[in-house]
Amino acid sequence: MKILLVSVMIAICGILNAQNATIPSVTVKTVDGKSFSTDSIKNNGKPIVISFWATWCKPCIMELSAIAENYETWQKETGVVLYAVSIDDSKTMSRVAPFINSKGWEYVVLLDPNGDFKRALNVINVPHTFLVDGNGKIIDQHTSFAQGDEEQLYEKIKECVKSE
Amino acid sequence: MLKRYLMAASGCLFALILNAQEQSQEGQLHGNFQIDAQSYTEDSTIGASKVPENVLMNAYANFVYTKGGFTAGIRYEAFLNTLLGYDARYNGQGIPHKYASYTKDGYEFTAGSFYEQFGSGIVLRAYEEKTLGVDNAINGFRIKASPLKGVYLKALAGKQRYFFDLGQGIVRAADAEINLNEAINKLSALSTMITIGGSFVSKYQTDKDPVYKLPENVGAWSYRLNLQNGGFSLMSEYAYKINDPNGDNNYIYKEGQAILLNTSWSSKGFGVLLAAKWLDNMSFRSDRNASLMNLNINYLPAINKPYTWAMSNMYPFSTQQNGEFGLQGEVMYKLKKETPLGGKYGTNLTLGYCRVSSIEKAKLNDTISIAESGTLGYKTDFMSMGNDLFYEEVSFEINRKLSQKLILNILYQNITYNYDVLRGMTGHGKVYANVGIADLTWRITKNKAIRFEQEYLFTKQDLGNWVMYLVEYSVAPKWFVTFWDQYNMGGEHSDAVNYPTGSLTYVHEGTRFQLGYGRQREGVICVGGVCRNVPASNGFIFSVSSTF
Repeated sequence: MKILLVSVMIAICGILNAQNATIPSVTVKTVDGKSFSTDSIKNNGKPIVISFWATWCKPCIMELSAIAENYETWQKETGVVLYAVSIDDSKTMSRVAPFINSKGWEYVVLLDPNGDFKRALNVINVPHTFLVDGNGKIIDQHTSFAQGDEEQLYEKIKECVKSE
Repeated sequence: MLKRYLMAASGCLFALILNAQEQSQEGQLHGNFQIDAQSYTEDSTIGASKVPENVLMNAYANFVYTKGGFTAGIRYEAFLNTLLGYDARYNGQGIPHKYASYTKDGYEFTAGSFYEQFGSGIVLRAYEEKTLGVDNAINGFRIKASPLKGVYLKALAGKQRYFFDLGQGIVRAADAEINLNEAINKLSALSTMITIGGSFVSKYQTDKDPVYKLPENVGAWSYRLNLQNGGFSLMSEYAYKINDPNGDNNYIYKEGQAILLNTSWSSKGFGVLLAAKWLDNMSFRSDRNASLMNLNINYLPAINKPYTWAMSNMYPFSTQQNGEFGLQGEVMYKLKKETPLGGKYGTNLTLGYCRVSSIEKAKLNDTISIAESGTLGYKTDFMSMGNDLFYEEVSFEINRKLSQKLILNILYQNITYNYDVLRGMTGHGKVYANVGIADLTWRITKNKAIRFEQEYLFTKQDLGNWVMYLVEYSVAPKWFVTFWDQYNMGGEHSDAVNYPTGSLTYVHEGTRFQLGYGRQREGVICVGGVCRNVPASNGFIFSVSSTF
């Protein structure tokens, strides 16, 4: 019982504290097979979007396709960079590179085959998208995808750029 | 006793947390939780039964504290009682997952529960898939080190999670991976990226068998090579396991082997993928008598392509750890936008093929039958192909944006499914199925959309033909209203049955609430390509999950 109480207390602290969250440090892989520390997710003081997805996740592909249409404009207007973190495990991981190439996506793609980064950010299901400000603070997140979510995200990216 | 242990553990954790406060960086607390509850009503039409508790519930919460290089976390889990379809041995509650780790200058030390994967996982993968009830976390110690640029070493020892307890066997393992371009200066300018790696895993379990003398220490090892140059990539891994009589292989004293080959080539708008997998007798668990999803040390990836549509998952393939030979190929192509074929926005086409069959197994001699307990089992040649077809699939997918407001996905699949082998039964033979799916999204306004799914599955075998309709209305970023109906037209042996379900979902940032009501068909649920069986049910479903 005591543990439960403590857990609840931690949860409350956690929620109060959540505003300050930064990107945790975990080792993932780049598409060309190099180890990559998530510490290196940086964008010269400009906002960053981290989107968790998988090649088998249809709403994820809908979301990344919707963003891809306007990504060039987003980058020009705000300088934002999108990291697409694939949680495909060894069953489908080799599909990631040909998949993104055939779609023509220009995102920075990372591979998280055993869910280490996913767990470090407490992601439950994909798609799950985080917005990180120029100081490396996680300022917004969203789970699941509905058509139009990408425009809400862009509004938040613009706000983020304005407030800096 | 357990309580005292838990108290001590949490005390220890907090001492560590307090101690960590002294470091310069600010501490952070974060985590997540999920609660899934379902009510069960009797429904004889679909064979759903009532449960004495009326409502069953699975829930967990993770709490993680990080400060600088220090991380500590616990996960509380409660199964009150376990939802149908999950192993009932999960019943109860507790803190099965607790750990602390410290990272500095390329070294990481972890004590407690952790997940790990070496290479593609064919000799070691500890992971969790909550929706499937998989959690084979290792409880013990782990060290990761990167003493030189491009060199990554890992070593661990521990016991694996077994519901709210630990399995009998001890797992000891080490892995080394070297990225040659990073490690060797002379190779840094090379256009081909070369990564090599090797793993060794050993398990120990005492032998109390009254009949057989079983190996108490079982070793397995693997080598891997990954090459990448521009749009070309090759990933390969070979694994070997010494004789390991166990419940999966009927206690034969035969060694195991596996090879995985994945190669792809892609450029903008085009991708092609070829994969091959051959394996023999590769079940590897930290308890030789364990079964189902329990205490697996390794992970043998299935070779077929997973989908999220319901009818595509009606006959899903799963890896046959006692032997299979799989081949897979896929071509992805994008018809350019503003072309006659590609249309205004471009069109994605995907053509896929995969085939999995048995491996050749020959009798050792006239008196010993294949895989007879206590013998060497059988003879097989490396990369041999047997005559039994387990699974075959041809698929074709079109993904096209028709206009500013309409997005269309079409999938056709032709599936041959060896029911007897893949479900461990006899007398069902093979199922031949054709699946057709159309998925249309209509964007009504900036934030409102309706999605229609029409799915068909035609087969003369098993339960016969199915049709499914789904309508989903979404208002971004918060609301989804979904209604779907799966209709089994029935066959020679079964009557027509309807499975209607409705659900309402509300999303706020990292939090999601879902309330649903309806019938769920008996069958296989797949997440990320791993599947579990769920029984037929009728009732309310309530789910809440949150990331904080």
